[in-house]
Amino acid sequence: MTVHVTPGDPRAAEVWASLASVTDPELDESVTELRFVTQVEVDAEDRVHIGFRLPTYWCAANFAFLMADDMRVAVSSLPWVRQVLVDLRDHMYSDTINEGLAKGRSFKSTFSDEAANEDLDDLRRTFRIKAFQRRQEAVVRYLLDRDWTVQAILDLDCTHLATLAIDDAEAARQRDRYLEIRREFGGPGDMAFTTAQGEPIDPRNFAEYLSLLRRVRINTEFNGHLCRGLLQARYGDPAPDGEPTLADFIAGRVATQVAKSNTGGNDGCRK
Amino acid sequence: MFKTAEGEEIFIIDGHTHLWDGSKENQKNIHGGQFIDCFYGYHTALSPKEYVWPKEKFDKYGAETMYNDLFVEGYDDMAIFQPTYLKDFYVNGFNTTEQNAVLKEKYPDRFILNGAWDPRDGEAGIEALHELVEKYKIQGVKLYTAEWKGASKGWKLTDEWAQRYMAECVKLGVKNIHVHKGPTILPLNRDAFDVADIDDAATSFPELNFIVEHCGLPRLDDFCWIAVQEPNVYGGLAVALPFIHSRPDYFNQVISELLFWLGPDRLLYGSDYAIWSPKWMVEKFMAHELPDTIKKDKGVDLDLDAKRKILGLNAAKLYGIDVPAHKAKLSGTAPARAEEQTMAQVAEVLGD
Repeated sequence: MTVHVTPGDPRAAEVWASLASVTDPELDESVTELRFVTQVEVDAEDRVHIGFRLPTYWCAANFAFLMADDMRVAVSSLPWVRQVLVDLRDHMYSDTINEGLAKGRSFKSTFSDEAANEDLDDLRRTFRIKAFQRRQEAVVRYLLDRDWTVQAILDLDCTHLATLAIDDAEAARQRDRYLEIRREFGGPGDMAFTTAQGEPIDPRNFAEYLSLLRRVRINTEFNGHLCRGLLQARYGDPAPDGEPTLADFIAGRVATQVAKSNTGGNDGCRK
Repeated sequence: MFKTAEGEEIFIIDGHTHLWDGSKENQKNIHGGQFIDCFYGYHTALSPKEYVWPKEKFDKYGAETMYNDLFVEGYDDMAIFQPTYLKDFYVNGFNTTEQNAVLKEKYPDRFILNGAWDPRDGEAGIEALHELVEKYKIQGVKLYTAEWKGASKGWKLTDEWAQRYMAECVKLGVKNIHVHKGPTILPLNRDAFDVADIDDAATSFPELNFIVEHCGLPRLDDFCWIAVQEPNVYGGLAVALPFIHSRPDYFNQVISELLFWLGPDRLLYGSDYAIWSPKWMVEKFMAHELPDTIKKDKGVDLDLDAKRKILGLNAAKLYGIDVPAHKAKLSGTAPARAEEQTMAQVAEVLGD
């Protein structure tokens, strides 16, 4: 599989950019950064075809469905798009999920099975909370490493946090991502750091609160490390470090080949 | 047996091993193929490069390769077989008690043979459990709550039949219940990994030990929470341990959480062979030191005493192994490791 782009069609870049805003619910990372999206094509009828893949054949169907649905919604918001067709490949439920999406069905009705009696919105919410906690932890950890006191951290408001001079590019990105999700959570006022329920954080229990956030991060990282490793092992991709990625393409550079051609029966074997 | 620089012999029980047949001949369908492919993904993603096998070998490596990797090349003294039947995917099953028993019969002092059950088998399964106990004297079972069976895509320890099976385990003295609670095993949704049913089972059956394989990762927080409250809950380190090579900082975070919540007495080493080789994992684990900041922050340490317990003494307690007596027994049959190395060195010199 290679990334197909209609030459000179700037709309493909728009699609990539909107896909970059879709995250894997469990990892809280962009599906394009994770190299899940392998193909974007715009046809003559302004329909968008998106090919995507996951690290294993067994990845939980509810997450697969959720991501595909989020991709459809994100790309549909582009004004010129007439239809979005998402094609999940090499997954135990590829056919079921692709058909469900094409017919606009919900996860529940796609899997009319006793095991699928869950509401994807609840699932989304659960993982949004985890994403909030994880992003918050990254910012708090940065501030603690810079010798901020607990009180000073808890006194910070969003306005100050947004304008804080941060010398480290990754830390600045984490700060921006946190502020972005902070809008969905947090109670009244402009406090930078609240619990996911929007309550102020009690400085007396700060250590305990922080260790809760840490455990959330450990779980998320476990998935992240495994998913990357498994995806690489499965598709024999070059290691992402130092290699050009889809982000390079979005920035208007030359598209890179992100996956070896995959002819049907994939044996996950690297030669 | 691992010898420290000071000459101390560390007795090692590998809590999680398999003798599987994932070969094409044994695959019933695409699921069987994808299952072993997925395992191979784990193997290649987290093993040091020099330990990566070709896929053909990985599919079916055979009994003697296993013996050699665990006890001759590797430092294991004993290994616990954790069966995985997967009869919907494999003609003869993937890794069954019957297949494992071949090695157990050949090397009785090396292996601990566990069985398995599935509450969806009803009365017939209860009978089969009795047979396992009679035939193999099993002291433990491996449970796979996410295994498919016909239309059913999984079960929970809280199910009525599961309760019956556990009550039967108490009666039969099968007191070690290993439950797979970890990543990527055929879930339709994430509920298949939920660790909450362990809580209920551990409270209802205080006579049983529940060893949560893979420590519930990626639900470490839920697992720790339950383990703190239930003294009969243990954590199996398979899948968490290999990170020691590729992501040591991450491993430090996981192991320090586990040491903080459960302490060193309730964690069990497991290689998950043949996904990973005990040789490199034990070497790295023995050489591993927690950074001072973590020791200070968490008030935990992975010192020699903790390593002894995790690598063998905790499992020995669960399975009633008298370590000094067993050491003596094995020394009569133990392969001469020094000689093996010399042969290897000779081969190297000769350029073989």
